[in-house]
Amino acid sequence: MSDTIVTHPLVDGAVGPGCKKVDPIVVADGVTRTFGGLTAVDVAHVEIPRHAITALIGPNGAGKTTFFNLLTGFDKPNTGEWSFEGHSLARVPAFRVSRKGMVRTFQLTKSLGRLSVLQNMLLGATKQPGENLFTALIKPLWSKREQAITAKAEELLARFKLLEKSEDYAASLSGGQRKLLEMARALMSDPVLIMLDEPMAGVNPALTQSLLGHIKQLKSEGMSVLFVEHDMHMVRHISDWVIVMAEGKVVAEGPPDQVMNDPAVIDAYLGAHHDTDLGDMTGANPVIEAKEVAAQHAAKKEGAI
Amino acid sequence: MDWGQILDTAAGELLSPVTAAYALAAIGIGVHFGYAGLLNFGQAGFMAIGAYGFVVPTLLFDFPVWAAFLTSIAASVLFAFLLGIPTLRLRADYLAIVTIASAEIVRYVVSTTGLTDVTGGAAGLSGFNGSFTALNPFADGIYGFGPWTFTANQLWIRVVGWSLVAIASVLVYLLMRSPWGRVVKGIREDEDAVRSLGKNVYAYKMQALVLGGVFGSLAGVIYVLPRAVQPANYGTTLTFFIWTMLLLGGAATIWGPIVGAMIFATLLTLSDGILRGLISADIITFISGTQAGQIRFMIIGAVLMLLVIFRPQGIFGNKKELSFNV
Repeated sequence: MSDTIVTHPLVDGAVGPGCKKVDPIVVADGVTRTFGGLTAVDVAHVEIPRHAITALIGPNGAGKTTFFNLLTGFDKPNTGEWSFEGHSLARVPAFRVSRKGMVRTFQLTKSLGRLSVLQNMLLGATKQPGENLFTALIKPLWSKREQAITAKAEELLARFKLLEKSEDYAASLSGGQRKLLEMARALMSDPVLIMLDEPMAGVNPALTQSLLGHIKQLKSEGMSVLFVEHDMHMVRHISDWVIVMAEGKVVAEGPPDQVMNDPAVIDAYLGAHHDTDLGDMTGANPVIEAKEVAAQHAAKKEGAI
Repeated sequence: MDWGQILDTAAGELLSPVTAAYALAAIGIGVHFGYAGLLNFGQAGFMAIGAYGFVVPTLLFDFPVWAAFLTSIAASVLFAFLLGIPTLRLRADYLAIVTIASAEIVRYVVSTTGLTDVTGGAAGLSGFNGSFTALNPFADGIYGFGPWTFTANQLWIRVVGWSLVAIASVLVYLLMRSPWGRVVKGIREDEDAVRSLGKNVYAYKMQALVLGGVFGSLAGVIYVLPRAVQPANYGTTLTFFIWTMLLLGGAATIWGPIVGAMIFATLLTLSDGILRGLISADIITFISGTQAGQIRFMIIGAVLMLLVIFRPQGIFGNKKELSFNV
């Protein structure tokens, strides 16, 4: 790579791992999480831009999902602080994180099988007074809000082409439809930042296209999106910004086409993906380039020893 | 062999206070397991807490009936918190282990000789029913017809018992059609998903545990009101009888626990009557009357196995709901 300083409209200053953003929505500092002797996450500094689709990529075991779980309160860090829209969210329970407007989905879909699709949706809504044990007993206290959120749920279901399924049990949906349901359900609370954990995993190509479309639409509605993905192909089409993790650290970040050519990224992917196509990257032959990088790396290592 | 007598006794069991107590306790674990997915294997413990919470203050401090009911409820709420605070943040199985163990602890504590002055030890307590009978609004006489012929006092306890069952059922119905019920059912399906949607899962689980526990304690009161408190009654067998009734009727249903309890109690009495009748008529000669008491549990066990295999959703449950592997 050249030594010239690269800039980008989302970034305040030079582009690089842990760079400052013009308008960050999440700022994380010194976040670490160890499992026994293994350091799963060790992020020194990272900022996630607002009103953009950010992809968090990295090979298997890079700590993406663990980092995701930490940010959303589903796991507790050993050290670290992070803030969401200026409020510190470190060690805040998951349900409070969600109420602040940072709503997540799961890699393995968690549709609530023995509830109807519509009920799944209604669960996503906020400010329903009937969710209190005592007000629940008196229907007039919550039926108005129920009507409002039902209308909203039906609108969202129509958008995700699930409306005709609304009375079916969620367990009867196909894997891809469950992904759609989970995304739609997360939207019920009008999140500020929506966090999708591998939204495209295990989904057929046709549905992948429609999922990508939906994600783009979230951005056009003013939401910020952060999604985890380990397949670089998917990322290129929709993300504005890519953060690459490997062995728990942020090793690179930048706009997608640039990141794909970053030697650190190729390096990170080489171990896990040495026998697969890294994607049709523009410019030089990626395979040869990757081999060169690997050779350099090996030489450096030998020199160090 | 007097078939009329056997059927009469069995039919009488339909409305007996014990059946009402069973139904109430089954509604309680229906809230726990059927709706919230909490594995409470210590409902007998809640019943014991309820029974002693009613009887001990009545005998020791002459509490009026309403106050004794309140102490009984308060004791079960406390017990639910004691069980829930350490376990509800953990996986579902931990609650199961803790409840089954603590129900046994309760039983051993109330039967220790050291506490004989308070709990009556292994012999239990009696003679506490006076203040309840004194409240009886029915004039002396015989009420009802056929197998359901009661004295004024028998009628009084039945009216109170079944009214409590009705109140509990209406309460559960109102709650489960509400958004509160939706959250609780969501927790049964997947806690993390509900958590990610901004609901305080721990608080909801605690509320469900307390609610079902209170129904259990009221069941304990109804169970002992017509007789004496016997600590030996609150073993794990009682818990599993109640589980059987719940699953027989259908776990996440309103009518399931009530009808399940009625069928179970009636079958138990009916099989006992038939077996004893056959023995006294010398049709069955190879077992004794005492053995018959045990054999009916085997027969009921076999019937229930067939039921669970061929109708796992219970009588009122929705077959469609069970056809998914979730």
